[in-house]
Amino acid sequence: MTKFVQLLLQTLTLGSLYALIALGYTLVYGILRFINFAHSDVVTFGAWIAFAIAGALGWASTGSPVFAMPVVMVLAMAASAALGFTIERLAYRPLRKALRLNVLITAIGVSLLLQNAGQLQALFGKDPVKMPRLLSEAPLFKLAGVQVPWVDVVLVVLTIALVIALQWLVFRTKLGQAMRAVSWSEQTAALMGVPVDKVVSITFMIGSALAAAGGVLYGLKYRQLNQTADALWMLLGLKAFVAAVVGGIGNVRGAVLGAVLIAFIEVFGAGYVSSKMPDLFVFGVLIVMLLFRPAGLLGTPTVEKV
Amino acid sequence: MSARATPGVAGAALRSLYPIVIGFTLAYLMQTVVAVSIDDYYSKVLIDIGIAIVLGVSLGIVNGYAGQFSLGHAGFMAIGGYTAAAIVYYGSIKLFGTKAIYGGSLGPGELLLCAGCVAGGALAAVAGWLVGQPSLRLRGDYLAIVTLGFGEIIRVLIKQTDDVVLSEKKVAAASWWSLMDNLGGGFGFIGGPRYIDAKNPFWVWLFVVVVCLVAYRLKYSNRGRQLLAVRENEIAAEAMGIKTTKAKVSAFMTSAFFAGIGGGLYAHELGNSMRPADLGFQKSIDIVIIVVLGGMGSISGAVIAAIAVTLLPELFRSFAEYRMIAYALALIIVMLLRPQGLLGLQELWEVEWRAVGRSIVTAPARLVRWVVTAPTRARAALKAAADRRQEDRS
Repeated sequence: MTKFVQLLLQTLTLGSLYALIALGYTLVYGILRFINFAHSDVVTFGAWIAFAIAGALGWASTGSPVFAMPVVMVLAMAASAALGFTIERLAYRPLRKALRLNVLITAIGVSLLLQNAGQLQALFGKDPVKMPRLLSEAPLFKLAGVQVPWVDVVLVVLTIALVIALQWLVFRTKLGQAMRAVSWSEQTAALMGVPVDKVVSITFMIGSALAAAGGVLYGLKYRQLNQTADALWMLLGLKAFVAAVVGGIGNVRGAVLGAVLIAFIEVFGAGYVSSKMPDLFVFGVLIVMLLFRPAGLLGTPTVEKV
Repeated sequence: MSARATPGVAGAALRSLYPIVIGFTLAYLMQTVVAVSIDDYYSKVLIDIGIAIVLGVSLGIVNGYAGQFSLGHAGFMAIGGYTAAAIVYYGSIKLFGTKAIYGGSLGPGELLLCAGCVAGGALAAVAGWLVGQPSLRLRGDYLAIVTLGFGEIIRVLIKQTDDVVLSEKKVAAASWWSLMDNLGGGFGFIGGPRYIDAKNPFWVWLFVVVVCLVAYRLKYSNRGRQLLAVRENEIAAEAMGIKTTKAKVSAFMTSAFFAGIGGGLYAHELGNSMRPADLGFQKSIDIVIIVVLGGMGSISGAVIAAIAVTLLPELFRSFAEYRMIAYALALIIVMLLRPQGLLGLQELWEVEWRAVGRSIVTAPARLVRWVVTAPTRARAALKAAADRRQEDRS
């Protein structure tokens, strides 16, 4: 029982992280129909920027004030939003009308650029660092013999709050309406007076901010920040992407559902089946899903027309 | 039908011998003349170039001709490399009773190397078929992800193998079946023979010629044109009666086959230090860069890009830190300015050099004109934007 609850807790925290990252993939895919390969690097940058900000504000040591974490988080999200805006403006917008393959290669180029630029000594350097402990790892309460630390609770609650906020934004505001209109048909939306470029920019910024939130929370939970080109970051992004696909890419609720599902498979697969290769289960799910229901759990199947 | 008269049987037979003659001649010359007369370091760089050509051209078949974006080329390479390494190392002990028989580009050890590479290629092709079945029914970006995931799965699986490469005595006692698990795990295949070195580049160049010729003949064959049709417009191609899935899967398998051979060569150039960590996503990206820069669908372009991508870091050692940044920028800039890659679908000899020359000669004049007119254009753009805003408001 203890093990089960422990795994459940892990599923929730990991699922929250995946959800935050998957939302960025799904938002961008929903609106521009392409996979933003550089998204996982925005996550990385978010975490590293948070580390840099915490260092600059002198909160690297223990005993940082209570408001340290929200401040760092908001600043990192803002910086990442700016990064996302820049990427979209310089690399993706000129290719809006280009073939999908070209956009994909450009996205890979951007991803490579971020990964390797981040490794430069002038930026973040090549050595892994420890994220300062901005959130207490002391247990908040005990559940069936499992101690639930502060950081886990904050992570899950914050994710739920962000997801609800996004849900509200997409379905209850004028901006969200514009986003959905562009997603439906860019041309028609433009004809109806929706400022397409602006909407796309804002979508990128929202996705990047969520990615940064994911990155910061990842850093606070696991504390170890690897160099920006480390395969670990890529794998994190990849699994979040798988979550978005499994849930139905382009669908906000689907991303969350997929994230929890993927985290569940990964954690419980490692816990009860084989601890050696949780990644294999994840990719196995992806392939099975693409075979039998390529639109994902909540996605609507589309037929490609000439 | 073609205007040319169909050649006689004798002529066809002779012509089918060409590639073999060319391949053996080039490989033989590289082995006996070039490798002997130049410094070992340069010979080594040449081998690196050759392997990069094999990998680049093979990826060009699926990426360039068929337009299917694969990010798992290193996975096929790993399958081929590990198969070849296992066959050559364990096979040599089983068959000859010793780890390696060096000497002679056509000696028993080297023939085993060739067999190992081909077997590795075949296994990689089977893997290509397996991956291709589900994923080639999918659209481009999904395919990229699935192939990426596939490459990672291969890497993880190899990492899980037993990390002991058995010694000669133990191999004799072990069965063939049980040896399949002893691939070195995360540490790498330690102790494999080094058949390809500065003085023995024969097989690399033979396979370079083979892959280039196969890719060339494929490009101008019926099947190759089917692939190009799929790349340009899949739905239209299907409407024309092309079995698109079959065409794509066969391209995928051909590509995987040569990637496997490239992996086998790579394994035996490294000798004892092939590690799964080196055959990850980064390696796939390196190969993608070759194809994209050279031109998607151009063999000579891929060859030139392979040479450039291998040589540049060698020339600028101090530049190492910025190497990947430069590649990333090159990828983005090429995509923005010349989306089809430097040569596009053309081969080197198909390019209209006169037009290229003219554009180079007039480039400074055009640049000056662009700079001079820049303020005017900027003002016009600003005015248009202001007008739009005005319209929005009214």
